[in-house]
Amino acid sequence: MLEVEKILENYPFVQRDDLIPILQDIQDKIGFLTEDAIVQVGKYLNIPTSKVYGLATFYNQFRFEAEGKYHIRICNGASCHSNANSLILKELQKKLGIKSGEITKDGIFSFEETTCMGACGFGPVLAINNKYYTKVDVKKLNEIIKFYINLEE
Amino acid sequence: MSEKGNMYKAFLTEKYLNNLNGALEKEDKEIVSEIKREKIRKPIITIGSNSPSNIAGAIGLEVSIKEYIREREIEAELVEVGSLGMIALEPIISIQLPGKTKLFFKNVASENIISILDGTFNNYINEESVLGQIRNEMLESYERIPYLDELSYFQNQQRLVLKNCGFIDPNSIEEYLAHGGYKSFFKTIYKNTPEEICEIIEQSKLRGRGGDGYPTGKKWKIALETVSEQKYLICNAGESDPGAFMERLLIESDPHKVIEGIAISAYAISAQKAYIYIESEYSLAFERLKNAIKQAKDYGILGHNILKSGYNLDIIVRKGAGAYVCGEETALISSIEGERGRPRSKPPYPAIKGLFGKPTVVNNVETLVNVPLIIEKGAEWFSSIGTEESKGTKVFSISGKVENPGLVEVEMGTKLRDIIYRVSGGIANSKKFKAVHIGGPSGGCLSEEHLDTIIDYDAVLLTGTSLGSAGMVVLDEDNCVLDNVKYYMDFLQKESCGICIPCREGTRRMHEILENITKKPKDDNGNTTLQRFKGVMQLENIAEVLKDTSLCGLGRKASNPVLSTLKWFRNEYEEHIFERNCEAGVCQELRTFEINVEDCIGCTICAKKCPSDAIFGTPQNAHFIVQDKCIGCGICFDACKFSAIISK
Repeated sequence: MLEVEKILENYPFVQRDDLIPILQDIQDKIGFLTEDAIVQVGKYLNIPTSKVYGLATFYNQFRFEAEGKYHIRICNGASCHSNANSLILKELQKKLGIKSGEITKDGIFSFEETTCMGACGFGPVLAINNKYYTKVDVKKLNEIIKFYINLEE
Repeated sequence: MSEKGNMYKAFLTEKYLNNLNGALEKEDKEIVSEIKREKIRKPIITIGSNSPSNIAGAIGLEVSIKEYIREREIEAELVEVGSLGMIALEPIISIQLPGKTKLFFKNVASENIISILDGTFNNYINEESVLGQIRNEMLESYERIPYLDELSYFQNQQRLVLKNCGFIDPNSIEEYLAHGGYKSFFKTIYKNTPEEICEIIEQSKLRGRGGDGYPTGKKWKIALETVSEQKYLICNAGESDPGAFMERLLIESDPHKVIEGIAISAYAISAQKAYIYIESEYSLAFERLKNAIKQAKDYGILGHNILKSGYNLDIIVRKGAGAYVCGEETALISSIEGERGRPRSKPPYPAIKGLFGKPTVVNNVETLVNVPLIIEKGAEWFSSIGTEESKGTKVFSISGKVENPGLVEVEMGTKLRDIIYRVSGGIANSKKFKAVHIGGPSGGCLSEEHLDTIIDYDAVLLTGTSLGSAGMVVLDEDNCVLDNVKYYMDFLQKESCGICIPCREGTRRMHEILENITKKPKDDNGNTTLQRFKGVMQLENIAEVLKDTSLCGLGRKASNPVLSTLKWFRNEYEEHIFERNCEAGVCQELRTFEINVEDCIGCTICAKKCPSDAIFGTPQNAHFIVQDKCIGCGICFDACKFSAIISK
């Protein structure tokens, strides 16, 4: 794991309070926290692996699986909720056959619910990779998903 | 840095910053107005660059504008600004031509940007997209176009904290300085001792904007009086409330003001190191803060021997990792120390023993932004605004079913009704108001009869909610109050850190009970209704236990959404329990379905799709639903192509 080593080199006088920033750097670089990375960080900081893993699972930001090719983020903020985003959530789960935080078997789609994205005037909002879709309803969602499925074929 | 940049830097730090009485020579005034872009030689276009506008397409728009300028060889400058606060009208751009007032346009898209630019440069204004113009008597104004300050959105606000937002370039320290920025900090470190600053803040009666409303000056004094060679100030920018966005927009729009607030506050408690704890998802705000700190260091306003005063201050920005509980100060401290974000029992309070065991003050972003204002205009001025016990203004992020969602800053003591109807333009699509949820997961729902409640820490507490994070979500007749409460309970049970049992178990049980009363019972015997009703009695019990026994504020306030709705929306609970009906039609699992015999052609699709095998019938004959087996999922309703299934 060269990438992890490189990141660790940035923390020469490492202390316990560097743990979260290190994990964040690794996730930014690799996309998720691998088992090896967690072991390596534990060794570097002289903390038991279980503690590092325990900390990482506590926080919502860290993921332990790769994202799909198209990672869908649905805003589950209070405003989007009041604009009936639960209907799109349901539809998306039905359509892809996966739940929030999971990835489809072919690795094409993954999706997660996020807290407020800050675009409350345009809710419900969803983002696929870095492209945003606003005022999404079930019909629009189906069109969007269809578009990405067609891209793959 | 360019030559001009160096000239500005020398002027601003050596001449302008220490000029506290405001008298300037003519040529100096001109430099200031040049930096502020009041007097311009070439057209200036500003574009709102913030999270909502980026989602609405501002990034693409910026490219189009640049292309437009290049293609037509117009000598114009494009400047990124923050947010005016009107998030539903983003992307907002402004165009200022030399000698004329600044014109704002709303909802600009790639389709109409060319016509807007073409029009404005050729003296034909696209009135449909115009938001308004800035009032400036020195410049020629446009006819028939309203002034921004005449819009009811701005008219009914008192913008102190948000004053610069949407007008200045958040990436430019020069502009912030030219608008009088860092003057309060300069005054502080040269003219006042830390004790004096604490005294001024205490006299101003500023209360923490994070939710509890603890007097800021008092907190600082405790930290200042505690003897320790190292002290810390933490700026809490970990909003993570699912319905609030004011800290995010405030930082994105005016990051230097946050830095100045931190700098003064750190000086007041004699801290030489400050942390900003910001949500990991706020990447734009993070970048802007980083940039602001870098610029301030470059200007000698942060770092070692600040402005040659002998005072040192380092600001470190830390990204949170996404945990709602880290909004609680002791949990936040644990998180910065590299532990799980779990609260500790108080006392000892952080002001005595906090980060790394040293005295630490944790303040919310908005609290800190108020500090430079108080130093600039005095404690007396500040305490003249607001109500008896709550001074100053309060920023809200208002969203949900209002006409004009966004950032709102009003004087303490303003009525809720005025915020919703006058500032935010009332309920969208002429629907009926149902409820307003204040304070996020630790707040509660208020009904129409509470619209005359005033914004004041204590007045809001009396209604059984709390100002909390000051996120406000307005619900209309299409929303179900129970569904809303269920949403917050779901959020809380996921976010509960699990260290104390009342909160860990209580939030989960409350969510379970709410789930049960918003869906149809699996086996319906005569006792079911009674059982469901008992569930509500349990809700009240659990809520009381949580309030009394939880370790931190998250647990103690977790029952607020339930208790407030039980108090003010009891009829909705009763409707769900006794009549098994959700008037708004949101709680789908409560619905019952029937098949209209005349419309059903017996295609068997519904029977095949039914997950609980509740639909019977032979092909080409009308089917029927066995109500005892139906779980009310609605799949048959969606599947039927002949509209033969009726929902009741």
